[in-house]
Amino acid sequence: MHRGGAPRIRFERRLEQPRWLSIASPFILVAAALAVGAALLALVGAAPLVVYGRMAEIAFGSAYGWSDTTIKATPLILAGLGVSIAFKMRLWNIGAEGQLFIGAWCATGVALFLMPKDTPQALMLLAMGLAGFIGGAFWGFIPGVLKAKLNINEIITTLMLTYVAFQWNNFFVYGPWSQRGFGLTEQFPKSAWMPRFTDFGKIFPAFQGMTAHFGILLAVILAVFLWFVWRRSKWGFGVKIIGDNPRAARYAGINLTRNIIVVMMLSGGLAGIAGMVEVSGVVHRLQERFSPGYGYTAIIIAWLAKLNPLAIILVSYLFGGLLVGGDAIQPAGIAGMLQGVILFVVVGGESMLQYRIRVER
Amino acid sequence: MDLSFFVVLLAAGIRYGTGTLFATIGEIFAERAGVLNVGIEGMMLMGAVTAYGAAYYTGNPWLGLLVALIVGGVMALLHAFVTITLRADQVVSGLALTLLGAGLSAVIGAPLVEVRDAPQLPAFPIPGLAQIPILGPIFFDHNVIVYIGLLAAPIAWWYIYRTRPGMELRAIGEYPAAADVLGIAVIRQRYLYVIFGGMLAGLGGAALSLAITPLWVEGMTAGQGWIALGLVIFASWNPLRAALGAYLFGAIGRLPLDLQNLPLFLANPQLGYFARMLPYLFVILLMIISARGNMRRRIGAPAALGQPYVREERGA
Amino acid sequence: MPDATYAVEMRDITKRFPGVLANDHVNFGAQAGEVHALLGENGAGKSTLMNVLCGLYRPEAGAILIDGQPVHFHSPRDAIQSGVGMVHQHFMLVQSQSVAENVFLGVRNASFSLRSQQMAAAVQKIGDQYGLPVDPNAKIWQLSVGEQQRVEIIKILYRGARILVLDEPTAVLTPQESEMLFQTLRAMKNDGKTIIFISHKLEEVISIADNVTVLRAGKVAATTPAKGMTKAQLASLMVGRQVFFQFDKAPAKLGEVRLALAGVEAQDDKFLPALRGVSLEVRSGEIVGIAGVAGNGQRELAETVTGLRKLTAGKITVAGRDVTGSPPLVMIDAGIAYVPEDRHHTGTAPNLSVAENLALKAYRKPPIGHGALIAPDAMQTSAVDLIRAFDISTPGPQTPARKLSGGNLQKVILAREISAEPQVLIAASPTRGLDIGATESVRKLLLAQRDEGAAILLISEDLDEIFAISDRIVVMYEGSIMGEFPTAEAEIGQVGLLMAGGEHGAHASAV
Repeated sequence: MHRGGAPRIRFERRLEQPRWLSIASPFILVAAALAVGAALLALVGAAPLVVYGRMAEIAFGSAYGWSDTTIKATPLILAGLGVSIAFKMRLWNIGAEGQLFIGAWCATGVALFLMPKDTPQALMLLAMGLAGFIGGAFWGFIPGVLKAKLNINEIITTLMLTYVAFQWNNFFVYGPWSQRGFGLTEQFPKSAWMPRFTDFGKIFPAFQGMTAHFGILLAVILAVFLWFVWRRSKWGFGVKIIGDNPRAARYAGINLTRNIIVVMMLSGGLAGIAGMVEVSGVVHRLQERFSPGYGYTAIIIAWLAKLNPLAIILVSYLFGGLLVGGDAIQPAGIAGMLQGVILFVVVGGESMLQYRIRVER
Repeated sequence: MDLSFFVVLLAAGIRYGTGTLFATIGEIFAERAGVLNVGIEGMMLMGAVTAYGAAYYTGNPWLGLLVALIVGGVMALLHAFVTITLRADQVVSGLALTLLGAGLSAVIGAPLVEVRDAPQLPAFPIPGLAQIPILGPIFFDHNVIVYIGLLAAPIAWWYIYRTRPGMELRAIGEYPAAADVLGIAVIRQRYLYVIFGGMLAGLGGAALSLAITPLWVEGMTAGQGWIALGLVIFASWNPLRAALGAYLFGAIGRLPLDLQNLPLFLANPQLGYFARMLPYLFVILLMIISARGNMRRRIGAPAALGQPYVREERGA
Repeated sequence: MPDATYAVEMRDITKRFPGVLANDHVNFGAQAGEVHALLGENGAGKSTLMNVLCGLYRPEAGAILIDGQPVHFHSPRDAIQSGVGMVHQHFMLVQSQSVAENVFLGVRNASFSLRSQQMAAAVQKIGDQYGLPVDPNAKIWQLSVGEQQRVEIIKILYRGARILVLDEPTAVLTPQESEMLFQTLRAMKNDGKTIIFISHKLEEVISIADNVTVLRAGKVAATTPAKGMTKAQLASLMVGRQVFFQFDKAPAKLGEVRLALAGVEAQDDKFLPALRGVSLEVRSGEIVGIAGVAGNGQRELAETVTGLRKLTAGKITVAGRDVTGSPPLVMIDAGIAYVPEDRHHTGTAPNLSVAENLALKAYRKPPIGHGALIAPDAMQTSAVDLIRAFDISTPGPQTPARKLSGGNLQKVILAREISAEPQVLIAASPTRGLDIGATESVRKLLLAQRDEGAAILLISEDLDEIFAISDRIVVMYEGSIMGEFPTAEAEIGQVGLLMAGGEHGAHASAV
């Protein structure tokens, strides 16, 4: 049985990735993703270069553009950090969107019903942040326990709980907390507003009109802190071992059950803070759909940043810009489509760069 | 509540569960072959939007169905290439597929959102059988796509457990090296089953937009692709159990509509939001039940699920 | 040397893997009705050569001739069609399928829908013909290792194989089971089949083979009739130098009891009893070897003692301290070190660096761990010290562990476990898959630990290893201890009998 001598194309894994390639690869991949996105845009009848140009200009072309991009990047960084913690241990928490909603719901409850309106701003924000963290952490705790104790697939549970969170949120914004039956609550008291840069416009004129809020500072601080935790802490080292080989981790005396639950809670908690920051800094109330899928975009960001907390800041700005630019572009949904394309191209491309293509006779 | 309530509920369950059933069976084939594809949601959405669009522009719902099969297959081919040939992480690739499908379907479907009159697949009460009390309305008074689903589950079961290619399918997901040394083309078969799984997911999407909830809305699958993923585990990779799970899910998914006419819900319409949580909580419950059961009976996933197959690597 | 009488001939086979020349112009030939042994160290290229023969690998150069006719194998299917079948070292059986299904897997001319009764009858027939009894309807996971091997042989016989390749077939068998296998092989030989027998066990090669081809570092070192060869001659051909089979072992200086098990019971992964009332003591300064066929509770024993597996009854004491039912971390702190049998999947984290793998347990304590933090400098320094002390060959401490050879990976594990200065060292198959040089150095390390007063529990399926370095031998069968002997008084036949469950059960249980 001969299969003839026709040449076959084979992918051969490289033994060592050349240095130039590891430096160049992110750029090659982003360029490839943009090219594929352009092809798709052309296919659906848009002019790719015009669309890209407009989006870039709107997102990064002016100080206000940067401010708007910062607003979008803030929850993305926080949720991205959250997702990255779980991914580090190869736990696929893809329910950050739901954790974000529950975090926002808890923060709202604190702002509107638990704390008096005249609570000092710092205290109020602290309480809301804590509530957001606890809410998100609880939403991560459920799949965490199910995974740790019963080995139930966390991909499914985190996502199912996201849909539950939407309905939970809807019940309140249309029901008990609703303002006249619309899908939103009443506005928070000013003490529950995250300070915005424009609030300091009188002192620093350059900040005038900049609606970006101080959540970005929190996000950056947490990113740096997490970076330090991965590099220098015992706990971070343990998580790293579990992520690489859970059996070796157990063998080395690391408690898998406890770490799975803790990591899922931290992961959810950071997404919950993202939700708190969004309601406190941007919308100033709870709404039916206040997030344009930050929790899903966070998955892409964490992956593209290779789970490096500092890189997450950078990538979040890129995707923040994509969201800002996408909002101004027709047809709607282009931003979402490009996100999928980018992740797909990067996932495939990253593997492809590990291969040499060889034609075999 | 009388008997007719349950008859209506079960009939609706079979109807509403059909889309999920196709997707679940498709995923069973892919996973049996050793490839996890968590991109079902994306493939379903693309299937739904392209089927609806094709039916609208050509006036033929069957063409819509065909287009959905092709689109689902093409998307799965992407996943197959990235995970089988390039050996990228199957979870991440599947997530990318979902996000891509969600975004792309929204862009493609933007002009279709206003369309309300695309042709649908026909309903077809089976003469004679549909008149049987109780069983008639439950099984024999449906849209044609529902009958296809009712037939698909036993056929898939027979194929997997009782045929030669089905035996090979089970082997390549369980121990691909063993299949390989016996001359079974592991890579090619994995491609075929992943693509076939994608086609069924596309079909599931088309079943939604052309028959079950006949219109196109952005994100209309509402997590059914993810639910299919859970049902595969609940079903222990067995299509007959998948049918049970999908139809149960359908009945519970339909429950909010029935409940809203009860006095309690009429007085408190917001309670409907809790009713809408039920399908998702139901899936979590199923997972818990099957986790305990599988632990006891030692029924696990195909052993090689999630692992790329490589032949030419130096062993010990 | 072309010879038309060869049933199978391989000429000038060259096979290269990234960074390794596995086969370098190898010539090999075997006749019909011959048992031909292929001998060599791990890594000498035996398995590679046979994988080329059965179509799994494609050689860069060289030719294969079957009955004098050149053939080109592009896949295992081609090889099967030319009558070449292989029994792999790791059985190629689908655990969840039945015996009959495994036999018929990939058979093209079978009907589309499965006919289970006809399939079972066909399996039965071959089994009867060659003395390979096995239940065609049993699932593979229900079978013993010996039975699984029979299924593999039936599988290739059903496909009409005339040339059978067996890759280390006796490695998993008791001496008695091996003897049964040899009878089957002789029957097949008399039937005119060609049998290629891969091994590194010298004695069985001399007893069963007609001819021997010895491979060394990818090249043929010699091809010779087996008759008249001595163990020492074959060994020096294999290694290329003189080999000493005896270790100079000082008599054991017994100290206090370091590890004591009393009536320990545990379950396996399927929740079936795996340890049935195991009682055992290991003293400072001795090596206790656990002999047994794989799957008789050895793995569960190691995991129970290290806290990785829950015990269901009994008591474990380490240096007088009751640690029954404690988690792994407590066991580590109590002074138990563990060299696991699966060095890739349990013993190391492949993508972490050598330094991180060396610190896998030590990172909690000074000098590496301080409070909640880790000192990377201290980790690096300690890694450099250990790499030097244990002669680990690695490009550097920051190299990912997966890039290390098996022998060096094992040294990383030993360095980590020994440097913790343990009370008790559990070593499970510590030399499996290592070449002779690495095996020797691992065994010397274990003996040195013993001489320094450690209590060592050696679990191995390799009887030679058990006899070579342990002071006492304990035989396990189906989770029970069948007998216990000082090594000096143990006989290999008696140990083998107990490993198989032994007819002297009544006698052994009294021990």
